[in-house]
Amino acid sequence: MLKMIGQRLMTTIPSIIGVIIVTFLLTRVLPGDTAAYFAGPAASPQAIAEIRGKLGLDQPLPVQFVSYVTALLKGDLGQSLTTGQPVTRDIAARLPASAELTLAGLILAMAVALPLGVLAAVKQGSWIDHLCRIVATAGVSLPVFFTGLLLVYVFYFLLGWSPAPLGRLDVFASEPPGVTGFLLIDMLLARDLEGFRAAFSQLILPAVTLAIFSLAPITRMTRASMLAVLGADFVRTARASGLTNGKVIGTYAFRNAMLPVVTTLGMVFSFLLGANVLVEKVFAWPGIGSYAVEALIASDYAPIQGFVLTMAVMYVALNLMIDVLYGVIDPRVRLEG
Amino acid sequence: MTITRRTAIAAGLSLPFARGGAAQAQAPSRSETLLLVQEYGPNSLDMQGIGSSQPVNGVALNCYDRLLRFKPVPIPGGGGNTIAMGELEGELAESWQLAPDGMSCTFKLRDATFHSGRKVTAKDVKWSLDRAVSIGGFATTQMNAGSLEKPEQFVVVDDKTLRIDFIRKDKMTLPNLAVTIPFVFDSELAIKNGGDDPWAKDYLKNNIAGSGAYKVESWKPGVETIYVRNDAWTCGKLPSLRRIIARDIASPSTRRALIERGDADISYGLPPKDFKDLADAGKVNVVGVPIPNGVWGCYLNTQVGPFKDVRLRQAVAWVMPYEKMLQASLFGRGVDMSGGPETPKVAWPQPFPYKTDVAKAKALVDAAGGGFSTTLLFDAGNATVAEPMSVLIKEALATIGINVEISKVPGANFRGEIQKKTNPMVLNRFAGWLDYPDYYLFWTMHGNNSIFNIAAYQNPALDKLVDEARFTADKATYDKSVVEFIKLVNVEVPMVPIAQPTHDVAMQKSIGGYQFQPCREPDFRYLTKG
Repeated sequence: MLKMIGQRLMTTIPSIIGVIIVTFLLTRVLPGDTAAYFAGPAASPQAIAEIRGKLGLDQPLPVQFVSYVTALLKGDLGQSLTTGQPVTRDIAARLPASAELTLAGLILAMAVALPLGVLAAVKQGSWIDHLCRIVATAGVSLPVFFTGLLLVYVFYFLLGWSPAPLGRLDVFASEPPGVTGFLLIDMLLARDLEGFRAAFSQLILPAVTLAIFSLAPITRMTRASMLAVLGADFVRTARASGLTNGKVIGTYAFRNAMLPVVTTLGMVFSFLLGANVLVEKVFAWPGIGSYAVEALIASDYAPIQGFVLTMAVMYVALNLMIDVLYGVIDPRVRLEG
Repeated sequence: MTITRRTAIAAGLSLPFARGGAAQAQAPSRSETLLLVQEYGPNSLDMQGIGSSQPVNGVALNCYDRLLRFKPVPIPGGGGNTIAMGELEGELAESWQLAPDGMSCTFKLRDATFHSGRKVTAKDVKWSLDRAVSIGGFATTQMNAGSLEKPEQFVVVDDKTLRIDFIRKDKMTLPNLAVTIPFVFDSELAIKNGGDDPWAKDYLKNNIAGSGAYKVESWKPGVETIYVRNDAWTCGKLPSLRRIIARDIASPSTRRALIERGDADISYGLPPKDFKDLADAGKVNVVGVPIPNGVWGCYLNTQVGPFKDVRLRQAVAWVMPYEKMLQASLFGRGVDMSGGPETPKVAWPQPFPYKTDVAKAKALVDAAGGGFSTTLLFDAGNATVAEPMSVLIKEALATIGINVEISKVPGANFRGEIQKKTNPMVLNRFAGWLDYPDYYLFWTMHGNNSIFNIAAYQNPALDKLVDEARFTADKATYDKSVVEFIKLVNVEVPMVPIAQPTHDVAMQKSIGGYQFQPCREPDFRYLTKG
């Protein structure tokens, strides 16, 4: 197992290097002029030139690249101009916020999508199969900012059930000491139940928004993969041997159907983590997606590079985790590995 | 009561919705706390620093003091106070006295204390003003606009007295001391923490070292800024709000929902349509101040492309659907800039003599050789207003044979584009802090060709009039040259003014004491609640 992980990590090194080079070059070919943008209103050409010099943007590209990589090796991702803080600090503060939201959304989606998918496959053509189809189509065809705004309108504006969409915590709640960066966990560690409740209630609407969007791929994948497994020889054998329906579906079929579903989950997670910009905007969630987009609009190189690099590393880690998980679910994969 | 699994789950599910009890317990702190929602917050705590964003002005305003400040004068339509350029009052200065020859001004300092507990001295004022003129970037440019250019101009007379020597007589020198750049740092604290940097740029970017009415309790860039009152503030009436929470909420729809539901006290920067709806609904107060020295204009390139021909620039001014643009893009939250008198007043902005007259425009285009195709550029950050505006321009110009292609670019690219000065048509809003006609033209039409002279307009006759108005001490000469240069741009139209936008703020009915500042950031010092 350890050997496999080690080998896996070795193969990712070239792709990480590739990512570093490509993002560096991509940000430099962006048409915007960072210095002119940050010189602010009423800037004279000298002022712009001064800023360009300060940011090192007047250096030739290879020189800029070398200084970028040198800083990177020291763990320094540079300075964000949009927030005025080191990129590493920004990402460390914002990644857990995004991860907490995405995980909550994904768990919620799984809680609905897995049973729905399994039932749809078992009772193929029944009303529950149609429901599954409707849920999947609706979820994927409603844009997230629309579902988000709709939920805010109904549950906050009209009904007043949900707290004000002001981000991760109500303005009057105090933040727990940051241990994991996941507010729910930190609140529990600090034994602050009131705070936990506050953080949890802020999380519900954005998590539901994300869940609605990610329902579709998970439900469809579960259904398809269950159908394939239910038609397999070993299921027929199990049924012939007189095992109960629950045992056949729950123990044998479901576990075997999980492999493609886990793959889908991994993809949905990494996609949502960076792509839920609109949800972050609607709910004022201080996440990593809106951070990257704002930096992109301002042609702010360091955060963009930092974001892409972080995402690449996370993607590698996630894929590795899924591969390990395969082994747990299906011993045959482990043997081959 | 025994806790079963079922009751535990029920309690857990109902928890998020049980808000009533908690809200009551927080009541006392809420009444002295203001919740402000804005699109984005400060990226630094040092407005003099390079690359500081617009909201940093608010930090400078509330956490630091200047020698002078603008005196509050009532907004004509009610709703709070605005400022008048010529009327100043002392902030750190207890009194000030112009020299008989008008070439220097002496300031007596108040007995004020920094947040650190140290007394404010003339030495701190000198260090701060020296910093503003030497640090480069926007701060230095802004200081220069008021003829404050060299550290030698700031002279410490004694601990409580400072003299500013003038390079030339400039009516903008004193008002320029009241804007958000020449604020006063605790120089000892800054130098102590500055390390090798004589201006302590890194330290002051992340820390407040001032004497202002508020301190920054916590600052999370991109999330929120929390201010607490400085109870020892002596440079004005002690503010009534103890604590200000400024949250960054990117989505305007969310900001509107928050203010309408009553959860936020003040909302800045909503789209004009939302301000109109909120004002019509009447549940919250919307205060709009026409932005002094601010105007939405269509800049026509006078050096390259078709609009080199003045007849075509005039044609564009004749064909603009002014009223429709004001309604469809600003939803009436602005002042129409068409149909003005032939002889201009001494004011800026003011309506140009043009109004929508397609026949006149068509005749001018025909005389200039007929129709053509061109592009219209605007900043995507302004899209809420600029997009409908540009569509209307495209439609109107099509009727006189000019085919317009609209090009929308993100902020960083926009700056680069207008710097090139090659775009034939650009839609932009410019607003100068110092409300003088000559100041506006100095930035947008003067031969110094600043980045905001988007039309690349060059005319020695205009430069002469603008310079004359800028430095004359004689009111009659000033009025005459202002009228002359406005007449000149009325004919030359390097920029077609469309509308003077209002600066709108929505607040709960319980909020009073609104004060407009030229930097257009909230001034917490005057606000009241309840």
